[in-house]
Amino acid sequence: MGRAQFVVRRTLQLIVTLWAIATALFLLFRSMPGDPTTYVVDPSLSGEARDRLIESYGLNEPLYVQYLIYMQDVATLSFGQSFHSNRTVRDIILLYLPRTLLLMLTAFFFAYLIGITVGIVAGWRRGGDFEKRSVLVALVARSFPDFWVGLVVLWVLGAWLDVIPMSGMRSAGVQYESFFDLELWLDTLWHLVAPAAVLGFYLMGYPLLLMRNSMLEVLSQDFIEVCEARGLKERSIMFKHAARNALLPVVTAGAVALGYAVGGSVLIETVFGWPGMGREMVNAVLRRDFPVAQGTFLVFAATVVFMNFLADLAYGFLDPRVTYD
Amino acid sequence: MCAQVSQSDGKSVFADLEEEVDEREEISPWRRRLRLYRRAFAEQWRVLRQDSFVVVSTFVLAFFALMALTAPVVAPYGQTERLYSDDGTIAQWEEPFWLGGDGGHYLGTTAEGYDLFSQLLYGSRAALLVGFSAAIFVAVIGTAVGLVSGYYGGRIDDTLMRIVDFMYGLPLLPTVILLVALAGPSLFNLLLAIIVLQWRTTARVIRSQALSLRERPFVKAAKVAGASDRHIIARHLAPNVLPLTFLYGAFSIAWAILTEAGVAFLGLGDPNHVSWGTMLQAARSYDALVHGAWWWFLPPGICIALVVISGFLIGRGYEEITNPELQE
Repeated sequence: MGRAQFVVRRTLQLIVTLWAIATALFLLFRSMPGDPTTYVVDPSLSGEARDRLIESYGLNEPLYVQYLIYMQDVATLSFGQSFHSNRTVRDIILLYLPRTLLLMLTAFFFAYLIGITVGIVAGWRRGGDFEKRSVLVALVARSFPDFWVGLVVLWVLGAWLDVIPMSGMRSAGVQYESFFDLELWLDTLWHLVAPAAVLGFYLMGYPLLLMRNSMLEVLSQDFIEVCEARGLKERSIMFKHAARNALLPVVTAGAVALGYAVGGSVLIETVFGWPGMGREMVNAVLRRDFPVAQGTFLVFAATVVFMNFLADLAYGFLDPRVTYD
Repeated sequence: MCAQVSQSDGKSVFADLEEEVDEREEISPWRRRLRLYRRAFAEQWRVLRQDSFVVVSTFVLAFFALMALTAPVVAPYGQTERLYSDDGTIAQWEEPFWLGGDGGHYLGTTAEGYDLFSQLLYGSRAALLVGFSAAIFVAVIGTAVGLVSGYYGGRIDDTLMRIVDFMYGLPLLPTVILLVALAGPSLFNLLLAIIVLQWRTTARVIRSQALSLRERPFVKAAKVAGASDRHIIARHLAPNVLPLTFLYGAFSIAWAILTEAGVAFLGLGDPNHVSWGTMLQAARSYDALVHGAWWWFLPPGICIALVVISGFLIGRGYEEITNPELQE
């Protein structure tokens, strides 16, 4: 099978997976005990007002019609309207998703930069103290729940030393003239440092361990010895020859990890009161705001599916040895 | 990540054991199978014991298991037993006695007047119950699906792997949150949600292992000798993937406990059981941070981390067994 055929088949698989997840989500929400209308509609409303409200959400239609409307919503990315407020789910997603991405991508960038660099050196100096210590640090970083580390950081730096804000993304009660106001960005940055650092510390362990393992595999190959025999500098062999070859599995795993990390931001956002999409999803679930819960969940799932898809494609394009069978 | 069983000579790990068995020995197949598995375990434990991290981790897990079992005996108070001071007021925000707090509480009391030390002891039950049950189910389901899929191939493999692909599209924490919130917050539902989401990794890894094992001479020999598919899977494939099963089982303990704590922290924990996650959630919602009541929120996090890191270290020990390239 050629590469083009692989891309086509993988794209079809992407669409089918997304459809399956959307359908499963619909069935899940409809199969829950109790009438969904009771969550939406105030029971004290009079009969006529009640019916009108139920009708406006399309909840009086037969199930298959609801499903078709739902699929149409998903396909056109409109996701319907919130039960809780009168905003559309799309507006809510467009408001919260960039905030989550700002936090997540900052943390992710530093985590992979540091993790990969340390992983390269750790793999190079195998058996040494540096390797043992960095592997241990990576395991410890992955073992402490990120939300708990966040609590401790808030306690020490926020409540005690008072150098970081206790919650939120911007200082309360401050008005800014425009989106490009420097003050606004500095204020956001000040709020961003702590959650991004805690999240980055947690995410760092995975690329570190992966890069080390990958380096060990590459370093056992013959061409490294050839490099040494040619009298190349240690640094040059380590970063230019070994690391470049070892990077591929880390890049693809990183793409997949990024997809999952966006959905995993729920906890960090809750601890630091960061008004992102993860926290919005939990709030929507807790107050039974089904359209918002469905919409935000679908965005998380679609991110995962899409990053998996990208990783699969990247693997084939970055490594010419990959064959499709 | 790692998928190499260290047998390179194309023989089953039990090849040498099988020669020892006397042909005339009267022994039921079940006992024989049991003995083979026991020896496989003993062999793995022998290798694992050389890693001091693994030994320490095993002791840590055993310690917490003991803590969970003896909690009702050791804990001075019930997990949600409201305590009162001598003057009849609720004994809230009490400091630990070694910081000069009243009432002789080892770790002080919560804002609602519950004894924190007792909660910490009882909290180990939720964590270990979820951690170990999830690990067992994830390992068994994942291994079974992986072996069947890899061994039979064809349409069975296709169907099972499409299901696994679908599962891979679900983000772990949001899905667990959704399932638990809709099905009702309880330890059982939480456990179920974790199992449903976690077996995918084990299944995929075991499948790739089974794919290569089924082409090996000892499997072909068994087939020619007329062994049934079930016999080949149980006797020839399963023991060879055991280290991988344990590797992912150990990681599952860690992930399950982290997930339980996280979901409980979000306020979706089982309202009838105190867990380390619900303790942290209570600490946050009562602003223990601002009060500086570190004895409330530090111990649960440290306990979670100790259990989780033990799982990771045991998993890493298995990784060295299963991936010969990591061995020096």
